Amino acid sequence: MSEELPYGWLQFARNRFKRQQKPRGEKRKTPVWSWVWYILGVLYFVLPLLATFEFSLRMKRGVYSLAAYKAAFADPAFLQAFGYSLTLAAITIIVSIILVVPTAYWIRLKLPQARRPVELITLLPFVIPAIILVFGLIRIYSSPIRLPFSSVVLIDALTTSRYGTIILIVAGYMVLGLPYMYRSVDTGMRTVDVRTLTEAAQSLGANWFNIMVRVILPNIRTALLSGALLTFAIVVGEVVLASYLGVPAFGPYLFLLGQHRAFEPAALTFITFLLTWAAMGIIQLVSGGQGQVSGAH
Amino acid sequence: MAQTTLPASQVKRPVFSGLGKWVGVLPFFLFAILFLILPSMRLFVGSFTDDHGQFTLNNVIQIFTQSSILRAYVLSIEISAVTALGGGIIGFLLAYSVTVGGLPKPLRSILVTFSGVASNFAGVPLAFAFIATLGRTGFISVLFKNLFHWNIYDHGFNLYGFVGLSLTYMYFQFPLMVLIMAPALDGLKREWREAAENLGANNMQYWLRVAMPILLPSLLGSIILLFGNAFGAYATAYALTGGALPIITIQIGAQIRGDVLHNPGLGYAMAMGMVFIMTISLAGYSWLQGRTERWLR
Repeated sequence: MSEELPYGWLQFARNRFKRQQKPRGEKRKTPVWSWVWYILGVLYFVLPLLATFEFSLRMKRGVYSLAAYKAAFADPAFLQAFGYSLTLAAITIIVSIILVVPTAYWIRLKLPQARRPVELITLLPFVIPAIILVFGLIRIYSSPIRLPFSSVVLIDALTTSRYGTIILIVAGYMVLGLPYMYRSVDTGMRTVDVRTLTEAAQSLGANWFNIMVRVILPNIRTALLSGALLTFAIVVGEVVLASYLGVPAFGPYLFLLGQHRAFEPAALTFITFLLTWAAMGIIQLVSGGQGQVSGAH
Repeated sequence: MAQTTLPASQVKRPVFSGLGKWVGVLPFFLFAILFLILPSMRLFVGSFTDDHGQFTLNNVIQIFTQSSILRAYVLSIEISAVTALGGGIIGFLLAYSVTVGGLPKPLRSILVTFSGVASNFAGVPLAFAFIATLGRTGFISVLFKNLFHWNIYDHGFNLYGFVGLSLTYMYFQFPLMVLIMAPALDGLKREWREAAENLGANNMQYWLRVAMPILLPSLLGSIILLFGNAFGAYATAYALTGGALPIITIQIGAQIRGDVLHNPGLGYAMAMGMVFIMTISLAGYSWLQGRTERWLR
C-alpha cells in the first residue's frame, strides 16, 4: 500500500507533465490526414464548378469567351423566366413572413401549448417531398371544392386559372421553405426578449400592428434575412412544382434549354451557383456562422 | 371573502381567453390544413380506395406484388443508402479535419460556407454541372483521356446510371453531413480525451472506446437523415438520367403526368409508401438526436 501511493503520484505527475507538453507538440505536428481529407473534399466541391465554368467558356471554337453568357442573357425567354422566378420568390418570402412571424410571436408570448403541434407541422415538409406535395396539390385543386353533400362551390379549380396556379405554387413554395423560415424566426425570437419588448412598446402606447412592424420585425431582421435567402435559394432553381403546375419559371426553362443547347445551360448553371453562393454567404455573414442548413432537392 | 372570489375569476378567465388565444395561430393552421394536410390526406385516402370509391387494401398489396414498383423502391433505397453512407463517411472525415483534426480555423468557415452552398445546390443545375464534369465530353473525362489515354466510359463508368447518379447525389449529401457533424464533434470535450490519456489509452483506443460511442447516435442519425434527403430527390435524377433510371420519385412523376399504372389508387399508395419511409427515417433521426444530446451539450 505504502509503495503504491508514490507510484500513483508519480504516474499522475508524469501525466500532468505530458498533458502540458502535448499541446505544444501537437501544434508543431502537421495533421497530415486532416489535410488529405480537406483537400479531397475541396476537390469534390470545386471540380464540378470548375468544369462547368470551363465548359461554359468554350462556345467559340478554340478560344475561351463569354459568348455563352451573352447568348443566354440575350434570350428574351430567359429574362422572362428568371424574372418570373424572382417575382415568385419575392411573393413567397413576403407571404411566408406575414404568416410565420405573427404565429411564432403569438406562440412565444401567449400560447406555448401550441408550440408542439406547430413545430410538428413545420417538420412535415421533410417527410413530404416536393413530388408528393405537388401530387396532392394537383389532385385536390384540379377540380372545384364543394361544400360537403351539396353543389355549393367553395373554391374553384385552382390549376386551370392563371391566378389559381400562382396561389398554388406560392403556397407550395411556402411549404417547402416553412421548416427553414419557422426555425430561423423562432431562433431569432429566442435571442431577443419579445415579451419585454412587447411590454415596453405597449407601455408607450403602441398597437399590435406597430409592435409587430416597428419593434419585432426590426429586432429579428437577421433571422428574417436568413429565412428569406434560404427560401430564395429554394425557389429560384426549383423545377418540380413549377413544371408539374405548368408555371413558366426559371427551373423548367433551364431544363428545357438543356435538352437542345450545350453551352448556354452551363453558363446559367454557373450563374445559379453564384446566386446560391451569394445567398448562403450573406446568411453566413449576418448570422456569424450559426446559419441554416439545407433546402429541398 | 377575497379568497373565495379570486379562484372563481381565475377559473373563468382562462376558459375564455384560452380559446380566444388560439385565434392567433388560426391562419397558420388554416394554411397548413389547406396546402399540407389536405393534399396528404387526399393521397392517403386515395391509396385505400378503388375505382368505385370503395375501401380496399389492394393498392397497398400491389406495391409489394407488382415487380416494377417494388424494383423502383429497391432502387431508390439502394441509391439513398449508398449515398448516405458514402456522403456520411466523406462528410464525417471533413468535419473531423476542421474540428478536432487540427486544421487552421479559417479553413473551417470556408468549409461551412461551401457546405451551405453545396447542400442547396441541387436539381437541374447540379445535374448539368456533373454532365460538364463527368459526361462523355466532360472536364474530367477528357482530362483522363488526354493525360492517361484512359477513357472512363470504356471501363464501365456511366454518369447516367447508378454510379453516376450516386456521385451526383453525394454533392449535396456530404455537405449536409459536414453541417450536422461539425457541431457534434465540437461537443467532444477535451477533458474526456485527457481522462482517457491519463488512464493510458492511446489515440486508437480513445476513438474506439470513448469518442465513437458518444458520437454513434449522432452519426447514425445523420446518416439516416441523409438517406431521407436522397430518397425524396427527384429533379436531379430526372435532369441527369431523363427518367432512364426508374427510381420511385420518377415513377410517381410519370403517374402524375398521366395515369401510367392505369390505377390512380396505386399511384397514391406509391406516394404514401414514400411518405411512410421518410417518416420512419425522420423519426429515427430525431430519436437518435435526442440520445446524442445527453452527452453533447
